[in-house]
Amino acid sequence: MTTGNWLCLILFPLILTILAYPMGVYMARVFSGERTFLTPVVAPVERFLYRLFAVDPNEEMSWKTYALCLVLLNVIGIVTLFCLQLIQGWLPFNPQKFGSVRWDTALNAAISFGTNTNWQSYSGEQTMSYLTQMLGITVQNFASAAIGIVAVIAVIRGFVRKSAAVIGNFWVDLTRCVLYVLLPLVMVLSLILVSQGVVQTLSPSIEVKTLEGSRQLIAVGPVASQAAIKQIGTNGGGFFNANSSHPFENPTPLTDFLEVLGLLLIAAALPFTLGAMSKKRRQGFAIFAAMLILYLAGLGVFAWTEMRGSPLLEKAGIASGMNMEGKETRFGVVNSVLFAQSTTATSCGAVNNMHDSLLPLSGLVLLFNMAIGEVIFGGVGTGLIGMLSYAILTMFLAGLMIGRTPEFMGKKLELLEMAMAVVIIVTPAILQLILSSVAVSTQAGVASLGNAGPHGLSEIIYAFASASGNNGSAFAGLNANTIFYNLLTALAMLIGRFSTIIPALVIAGNLAGKKIVPESVATFPTASPLFTFMLVAVVIVVGALTFFPVFTLGPLLEHLLLAIGKTF
Amino acid sequence: MLQLKRTVLVFTGLSIICGLVYPLGITAVSQVLFPRQSNASIIKNGDIAIGSQLIGQLYTQPEYFHGRPSAIDPPYDASNSTGSNLAPSSAKLMDLVNRRIELVRKENPLPSNMPIPADLVLASASGLDPHISVDAALLQAPRIAGQKTIARSVVEEIIQQNTEKPFLGIWGSERVNVLQANIALERINVRR
Repeated sequence: MTTGNWLCLILFPLILTILAYPMGVYMARVFSGERTFLTPVVAPVERFLYRLFAVDPNEEMSWKTYALCLVLLNVIGIVTLFCLQLIQGWLPFNPQKFGSVRWDTALNAAISFGTNTNWQSYSGEQTMSYLTQMLGITVQNFASAAIGIVAVIAVIRGFVRKSAAVIGNFWVDLTRCVLYVLLPLVMVLSLILVSQGVVQTLSPSIEVKTLEGSRQLIAVGPVASQAAIKQIGTNGGGFFNANSSHPFENPTPLTDFLEVLGLLLIAAALPFTLGAMSKKRRQGFAIFAAMLILYLAGLGVFAWTEMRGSPLLEKAGIASGMNMEGKETRFGVVNSVLFAQSTTATSCGAVNNMHDSLLPLSGLVLLFNMAIGEVIFGGVGTGLIGMLSYAILTMFLAGLMIGRTPEFMGKKLELLEMAMAVVIIVTPAILQLILSSVAVSTQAGVASLGNAGPHGLSEIIYAFASASGNNGSAFAGLNANTIFYNLLTALAMLIGRFSTIIPALVIAGNLAGKKIVPESVATFPTASPLFTFMLVAVVIVVGALTFFPVFTLGPLLEHLLLAIGKTF
Repeated sequence: MLQLKRTVLVFTGLSIICGLVYPLGITAVSQVLFPRQSNASIIKNGDIAIGSQLIGQLYTQPEYFHGRPSAIDPPYDASNSTGSNLAPSSAKLMDLVNRRIELVRKENPLPSNMPIPADLVLASASGLDPHISVDAALLQAPRIAGQKTIARSVVEEIIQQNTEKPFLGIWGSERVNVLQANIALERINVRR
């Protein structure tokens, strides 16, 4: 590894931490309704929208109303996106004259974008009209990201408020999230992307005559506006099939840096939002630290694996066996690793390299990141929800050890909180194991495989881990555009999403109604390195216990067989 | 019922703001501020568009720099980006790699034990990678110099002129833009 590579791996987490903190504090101000530097510009628009939406910004909701509004908005979004894909052939902004999307693909895509998964079984530049990309997909990128963020804000309020019946106004939180957080970030990012060469046009594909005289048709479109929100909102669904490895979606190292930073920023900032809103800043740091430790541990194993290269490639005569298959020259190995680690740790799922071609142990790290429930930063909002669920589990275990009723951030944790936290942690895990076993034991499941041997199993587990965790990246050798996979992954995405958000709102409502327990000498300090350490340990133990058997048969077996030169 | 009405209103508002105003606004601003970049960074020879600076092309003739293998069928079809998605343990991948290495060794006079730069024989993620590594370009310099009967130093100078550096020296890799390097090679012909 060169010095530059090392610097990259060390400096990036530092830069992320430095930027995440102020971002977190900023979001705390936004969701507490306080003045920010954007207020003079945005507030008039905000007030106008409330009048238009017939929303009283001072009215607050119980968790049930909050959840109802959230589900309604999500359902309307999914239905609209589904219909839009079916009728796109008759609508404007369709210079390539794409017809209706096949029903199962359209259903999968609608659920995928509505649940912030952005799993794509279709090829963007060959399937979707510009109108579908903008009015359908981009809108869901905003909506699903905002829904995730406001859900965790509700949970934070649950911890902060005492004896309260309400947890905020969904419409106000949503509007403020879009106007103060998402839109400003994506407007700046998309213009920087364009300046670097990301295309942003409504013109049809461009035909050129290449140097050797053949004809090349170059797909273009309104890419930058979508690429920006797909990173910031941890959506990850690319305009192009090759996603952020496509030179028009991620043309230079600078855009790559901003895209990785963008996909981590909000998710990494939310623990600090928790700290700021609860006035327990050290608690924010303790949770952020747990996420960062897990992130760096995975990054270390991953970078080490990819830098060592493939023994088979080295034997074939490739310099240091460097595994450049499925990677772009401008990013090289290290920046492909950073992107892949970040995109699976968060539930983004955008890719700047093809994960299917990564070495087996690298694939193992990515699978682990997703399988534990997307809590290492995680999706915007849902990541922190998952991590708080692990924190509740941790405090329960700690409570068992010291023989006291568990408390977290001043709230007593009782049966309901425990039950909901377990639902949040266990549902995606069980779901992906069950669906993977269905796929490996049916003809329809196995027929789609792109690679044979243990890697084939990894492809299937990856698909369902990605869908249940609402990640959206893929071992793309698996042909997922079949009725079988379109329906099964859609089911996984729906259950994965709502088994996180609904129980989280139940916790929020229940906690908000509780009194604050004053701290005493017997209180387990949760803003401490000990807590961080226990949290990390619980995440690893739960993940390892659940997935070790299946990982042994997939990536670990492939790793061992690769070492002795076995191919499939 | 009240919330359902609000849902419809909010969704409509959100769609207009995020789905029309935002992307169309960014399009308008981009077209004014960055007309070249937002329209695919097209390189023209007179009136004829010969390619995009950011999109790779297929080269088979020996007097050009060759780019990376493309997993798209046909290679470098810029309307259908994709990688090979072959696993490291794939027999098909190893078969392809061995054949590509053989071809590189046949086309270029190389010492038999010289390792081949990985990017020259392994397919890119997008299938449209516009770059190759500096090593992969230098390896082709003797062949190109021989074909065009020019000094190898001229080719090496072209490589150097078309080398792009990592961002801030650390982010990304050093790489050569193949299309631009090949256009520079063409210009030598014209000058003669």
